[in-house]
Amino acid sequence: MRTMKVRLLFFAVLRDIAGTDMHELALSDGTTARDVWQSLRGQYAKLSDYTQPPMIAINETYATPETVLRDGDELAFIPPVAGG
Amino acid sequence: MSYLTDEPIDPHALVRRVMRPSDGAYVLFEGVVRNHHHGKAVESIFYDAYRPMAEKEMELIVRDVESRFPDVALAVVHRLGHLVVGDSSIAIVACSPHRAESFEACRMTIDRIKQTVPIWKKERGPDGEEWLGWQGNDGQGQC
Repeated sequence: MRTMKVRLLFFAVLRDIAGTDMHELALSDGTTARDVWQSLRGQYAKLSDYTQPPMIAINETYATPETVLRDGDELAFIPPVAGG
Repeated sequence: MSYLTDEPIDPHALVRRVMRPSDGAYVLFEGVVRNHHHGKAVESIFYDAYRPMAEKEMELIVRDVESRFPDVALAVVHRLGHLVVGDSSIAIVACSPHRAESFEACRMTIDRIKQTVPIWKKERGPDGEEWLGWQGNDGQGQC
């Protein structure tokens, strides 16, 4: 199985929970954004109740959870926004 | 031109940036840090952003609102970092030959920004601090 590299960025509450602002992920082909969220839920107890991912951005553009990631992508989970 | 700043906002600099000789009105909106939220005291707010994406989203919104109101020119800046009660977190200037379009465009711009631009705030008060929009959803299965 080929692997690809994806940069996972953390912001706001997710940065506090993860204790970092970035993970370098090595993922197998076909991995979706939702798959990454499920793995985070296993990794961080504070996320375990969140069965649905928040909004998702891939390469600085909103995307759906089912989007298949590609090598070199920058992925971010976007907690509820609160600008203004 | 950046839509984000780490410095205090100068609203009149924004006005000077967009006003044209043909404009007969501008509407200035400023969002200001208030000392309460849902009954809890607030002393300060920390604003965080996914900066490059926030810039892109703000640009999309400004272009879209300007296309809906062809006579309107917009200028927007959102401040990030640590703000205290009374500080302006965002300023929007809409200018146009006549006032009606500016009012509408300004309102649409702030409403859209609040919906999609990846900016977050952590409120701090005597009871502690929390990221808005996340807590309180625990166990609800979504955020």
